[in-house]
Amino acid sequence: MAPKYQGVDFYDIDGLLNEEERAVRDTVRAWVDDHLMPVIGEAYIAGKFPKQLVPGMAELGLFGANLPEEYGCAGLNNVAYGLIMQELERGDSGVRSFASVQGALVMYPIYAFGSEEQKKKWLPQMASGKVIGCFGLTEPDYGSNPAGMITVAKETKDGWVLNGAKMWITNGSTAQVAVVWAKTAKDADSIRGFVVPTDAKGFSAKDQKGKLSLRASDTSELVLQDVHVPKDAVLPASGGLKSPLMCLTAARYGIAWGAVGAAMACYDEAVSYAKTRVMFGKPIGGFQLQQLRLAEMLSEITKAQLLCLQLGRLKDAGKSTPQQVSLAKRNNVSMATDIAREARRLLGANGILVEYQSMRHLANLESVYTYEGTHDIHTLILGQEITGLSAFN
Amino acid sequence: MKIAVCIKRVPDSETRVKIGSDGKRLDEAGVKFVLNPYDEFAVEEALQRKEKAGSGEVAVMCLGPAAAAETIRTALAMGADRGVLLQTDAIPADGFVTAQALAAELQGGAWDLILFGKMAIDDYNQQVGPMVAELLGLPCVTAVAHLEIDGTKGIAEREIEGGVEVVEFPLPAVLTADKGLNEPRYPALKGIMAAKKKALEVKPVQLGPGGIEVLALTPPPERKEGKIVGEGAGAVAELVRLLREEAKVL
Repeated sequence: MAPKYQGVDFYDIDGLLNEEERAVRDTVRAWVDDHLMPVIGEAYIAGKFPKQLVPGMAELGLFGANLPEEYGCAGLNNVAYGLIMQELERGDSGVRSFASVQGALVMYPIYAFGSEEQKKKWLPQMASGKVIGCFGLTEPDYGSNPAGMITVAKETKDGWVLNGAKMWITNGSTAQVAVVWAKTAKDADSIRGFVVPTDAKGFSAKDQKGKLSLRASDTSELVLQDVHVPKDAVLPASGGLKSPLMCLTAARYGIAWGAVGAAMACYDEAVSYAKTRVMFGKPIGGFQLQQLRLAEMLSEITKAQLLCLQLGRLKDAGKSTPQQVSLAKRNNVSMATDIAREARRLLGANGILVEYQSMRHLANLESVYTYEGTHDIHTLILGQEITGLSAFN
Repeated sequence: MKIAVCIKRVPDSETRVKIGSDGKRLDEAGVKFVLNPYDEFAVEEALQRKEKAGSGEVAVMCLGPAAAAETIRTALAMGADRGVLLQTDAIPADGFVTAQALAAELQGGAWDLILFGKMAIDDYNQQVGPMVAELLGLPCVTAVAHLEIDGTKGIAEREIEGGVEVVEFPLPAVLTADKGLNEPRYPALKGIMAAKKKALEVKPVQLGPGGIEVLALTPPPERKEGKIVGEGAGAVAELVRLLREEAKVL
């Protein structure tokens, strides 16, 4: 039997975590070992989200784990929440994406912008995994520029009528409820969020086929054609582009942690391979080129771990900024993609097989690099933060 | 059902242990400690028994250093109701000393069951459970892999060499849990948060030296690298010669 995954902790970062944070991390790590790792390769090849894992994830309390207990959530701090994302993505970015969407993109906006009735109705059901959610912001022609969206919501006597299309929607075809963002007038300030049951008349979701990345995750196109929803479907406290961007900041925070998990998985695999694979009469880990690879990986992972932890502490203190989250998402996903690629290369021909993880992580991370604010967009956000000059307009 | 579970804090089996400078104990720096895996079966069994009975209490007892409070909280996060830490920095090498301290704590508790793991994975002694039973004058069944309880009677199955031994016993009793008894649950996130609020009583204990002293710990000798003599039938003669003359095992 292969030795149990022990994580990567070169700087005793464990010593900076409290007992609950470590316990949460250990629970999720053990669950990933026992339930996710045995099925992920097959799910990836089959191009299917391993749906059978949802009840187990819900039972552990992984969905919306940083939201309050009164809504059926675990009420964890943001560092513990980040560690959950790290451990899930150690398994697979697609499974982490599922949890990110459920928690940060659907439960969070209902919690942050919803009425008390909406919170009571949806959050406990979503925490228990009985209801799956998706988040409709991105459109076919409006990815990095969501302000230009063309989906509209028109107020009628008894509610709203929604028209438009959304694309690249994780969980789209599995969800029972969608948080859809639409303009209620012409400008971006009129954007509001709507809680739309996916069985509403005129709502359809179609899986996007042919993905070479995030294959163990459902990605769909949503079409809304004269979808009628009642008055209370609108998230009352949502208003303007700022609202969906707040959701993205919440999700990006989890992604910054998740990417570290993927990088740790690749590094762990690379180290173990380098120590056991013999070439020219000695383990390849004894060659300088591979040692350079491993040393670079460990350095980047250690830096990213510390970055996440401090970002989490700032978030718990209510002091983190969206720009700080941008820096972490940009840095960590980029470093994780590089590490996955180098690990893949270190593994030689074996590295292209699904029984090893690195190439799966590499392919996944190419999506993570692009979604939730592309690497380039985060560069411009930081550029604006540094210079005070916007490169967008 | 009133159940006590006695647990131990042990080094994680994946940890690479180092021997301390005194040569008699482990160097604990950087070692990750966990709830003894066999004790997880005992905790799980207690929780299932209580759930089945619909009421009762699961109390967790542990003899160990202050840091063992974390081990107790793992059991509380799984669902146990309260914990007692018998705190001492000197973990006795003699299981009898540990058994005496635990028995003193358990005495008069009106327990229906007292559960242990069948052994701790650090010292492999398998002593404390049966010793506590003896000190309390209770029946004891060790290495239980299957358990049925009917009123004040229990039937336990033990996996012994080449078969299964079925043992009937009256309650109250002391049982030690083997692998296969159940599938221990993960401490869920809400359980981890709830564990912080559960009662954990810390009682300092003074222990005697006991009758056993550890003189020295030594790591197992390093294995020498293997040698490939050759391939196919042609290599057999040389292999036999080496086994006889060099390894001297034939």
